[in-house]
Amino acid sequence: MPMTSSDLIRYIKEKLPDANIEINDLAGDNDHYSAVITSNSFVGKNRIQQHQMVHDALKDKLGTDLHALTIKTITPKEKG
Amino acid sequence: MANNEIQDWIRNQISSNEVLLFMKGSPEQPQCGFSGQVVQMLNYLQVDFNSVNVLADEEIRSGIKEFSNWPTVPQLYVKSEFVGGADIIKEMFQEDELLDFFKDKGIKTK
Repeated sequence: MPMTSSDLIRYIKEKLPDANIEINDLAGDNDHYSAVITSNSFVGKNRIQQHQMVHDALKDKLGTDLHALTIKTITPKEKG
Repeated sequence: MANNEIQDWIRNQISSNEVLLFMKGSPEQPQCGFSGQVVQMLNYLQVDFNSVNVLADEEIRSGIKEFSNWPTVPQLYVKSEFVGGADIIKEMFQEDELLDFFKDKGIKTK
C-alpha cells in the first residue's frame, strides 16, 4: 500500500518537527520518492545516523508500504 | 536456519570479504535499479567486490536489515564497516568522497 507525499511529510515532521522537507515523487505512483531534509537534529551525526533518524520516523513503512525513498540529509549550516 | 545462525552467517560473510555488497540480483544481472547503481559505481572505480543476492534467500533478505538496522537493500560493507545504502553511496560518489574512502581503507581502486 503506497504512501502519499503528505503522509510522508507528516511522519517525518512527527520525529523531526523543525525539518524542512522537499519531496520529489519520482514515479508518480506514491511508491518512489526522493526527499531532501534539513534539520538541526542532524548536527553532530554521520550520514548513516541521520538517515536512520528518518527511517525511525517512518517506523516500519520504508521497504514495506513504501518501496523506495532516496534521502539526502542536510544540516542548516551546510545549507548556507 | 535459526535467526542467530543467520546473523552469524551474515557477520562471517562481512568479516571475510573486504568489500561486500548485499544486493538484489547479481552484479551481472541486478534486479533493482538501486542495486545496479551501486554495482556501476564500484565497477567505475575498479573496486573488486563480492556480493550476496538477497533475493535468493528470504531469511538473508530480512536478516541483513535486522543486522544493520537498515530497512532497505543494497547495503555496502567495507572492511566490516557498513558504509550505506544506494543514496549514501551515490552521495559519496558525487561528492568525490568514495574514491578517497576506499583508498583510506587500503582498498585497491583505479
